[in-house]
Amino acid sequence: MLAAEDLTVTRARKDVVQGLSARFLEGEITAIVGPNGAGKSSLLLALAGLLQAAMGRVLLQGNALTELSVRKRARAIGYLPQTPDIAWDVAAERLVALGRLPHGDDGREAVEGAIGALALEPLRRRPISQLSGGERARVLLARVLAGEPRWVLADEPLAALDLAHQLSLIAHLKACARSGQGVVIVLHDLALARNHADRVLVLKHGRLVADGPPAEALSEAIIADVWGIAAQWLGKPGAEALAPRA
Amino acid sequence: MRPGVNRASLVFAALLAVLVPLSLLAGRVWINPFDVAASGPNAAVILMELRLPRAVLAVVIGAGLGAAGAAMQGYLRNPLADPGLLGIAPMAALGAVASFWLGAWLPLPLQWSLPIMALAGAGLGMAGLALIAGRGVSDGAGAAGSGLALFTLAGLMIASLAGALTALAITLAPNAFALSQIVLWLNGALTDRSWAEVWLAAPLVGLGLGVLALTGRSLDALTLGEEAARSLGVDPVRLLALLVAGVGLTVGASVAVAGIIGFVGLIVPHLVRPLTDRMPSSLMLPSALAGACLVLVADSAVRVLPLVTELRLGIALSLIGAPFFLWLLLRLRRGEV
Repeated sequence: MLAAEDLTVTRARKDVVQGLSARFLEGEITAIVGPNGAGKSSLLLALAGLLQAAMGRVLLQGNALTELSVRKRARAIGYLPQTPDIAWDVAAERLVALGRLPHGDDGREAVEGAIGALALEPLRRRPISQLSGGERARVLLARVLAGEPRWVLADEPLAALDLAHQLSLIAHLKACARSGQGVVIVLHDLALARNHADRVLVLKHGRLVADGPPAEALSEAIIADVWGIAAQWLGKPGAEALAPRA
Repeated sequence: MRPGVNRASLVFAALLAVLVPLSLLAGRVWINPFDVAASGPNAAVILMELRLPRAVLAVVIGAGLGAAGAAMQGYLRNPLADPGLLGIAPMAALGAVASFWLGAWLPLPLQWSLPIMALAGAGLGMAGLALIAGRGVSDGAGAAGSGLALFTLAGLMIASLAGALTALAITLAPNAFALSQIVLWLNGALTDRSWAEVWLAAPLVGLGLGVLALTGRSLDALTLGEEAARSLGVDPVRLLALLVAGVGLTVGASVAVAGIIGFVGLIVPHLVRPLTDRMPSSLMLPSALAGACLVLVADSAVRVLPLVTELRLGIALSLIGAPFFLWLLLRLRRGEV
């Protein structure tokens, strides 16, 4: 289990996450949502051990994250940053293999497994510049999976993708959760969170406003409160869309 | 996945094995490899005491500059990074120049104070660059996207500050000897270098290369961006320390014995990159070997060119390097790199 205990995170002298407590479970997809500047990305970075907590702490299987060695943390928690910013035009498979770095081996099986799981076989030798945005997102997720982390933390992995690629990446994340990994993702699209997450955390000004099953945490009342818009859910459960009220 | 040992390193190692003997034969006096004595009365002395140390020094310096360039490009995630352009070599030269100037006050003879000051200058320049670039004590809040412009500007400023201070040292030179020595440092050369310079530079460059080799995996991880690299267990403070030490040693030692020899660190990783899988760790060893080839060829060329006085190596490489840099900028603009 990954848990935040009374967590406060400060960036540029501002408390971007304030006194937040939450538990994250393996085998689930937990979505973190909230308006711009609500502290979603900062919370994710702190959960990944990449931002120091100003107060409170993050616990991984009951141990404070700061007590773990960097290498142990890197093996347990895979982090996928928001903007894919790849410095060199390397081949897809070479990028995936970077995921083995915390293990210090070339982990052939894990790398091949990740390449297979994300259907990258036909693309593996292509340089990254020749991949579409959706293909690149799959390569970057495969990089995280190649490290066989217990936790997959992804910051808006679906943001720049078209609908088909969004659904395909979500299917991959669901497969991770089914295999026992804990998946925590920051999402902007409330419909994706409502339809696909097992649990949703809603943040506003760095504070936790709601934490629960999507239908409760993303109720129309909470959306009105947090985003300040009157909107209603349309459609069937599992395939709902959010429509503003006229 | 073996870092560094790849096809490109074999190619450049083979090339170097051909170039070293060729460069020994080339010069004002051409030496017949099959009959050294027939090439002139002093041929053996020329070979052993002039050309061999010069060739070895060219290899040592070229290897250091090539690897330092590859490491800096990897660290800055920027194909335009170069130890000379970004102020490291100018800072080392400033250190060397300062040791001429301060010679009378330093408790050490010049042959020791000069390399020490050059190394310190290089380390200082590197540390300054890293500090301005806001790495090291990073909490992940740094502006990752603005990196390229910031690094380049910071490096250019460090370079021009070092240049200004060097100019100041020239105008304030204590005596004519110091003045002529300072001016000599400003255009690097391997003319008249002996085994003494080899023994000074080789261990330092060797140590620097060893340190840089330790950065390979971390630099690979930086391909994914700084936060992803840290999530993979890269310790930014350790990486920075290794890089400052490695670049400081290789570039500082080169400047200490040969003055500023620019653009090697810029050109070489570029020529090598397409022959590798483009990961920084794969670039380090072939860049060292290719750098050795480039400096050796350039130094042999300036020796052979029929000019009244020998063209200074540093000038020759800048004449090649600056247009190359412009060409690179054009290609970058068109998105071809």
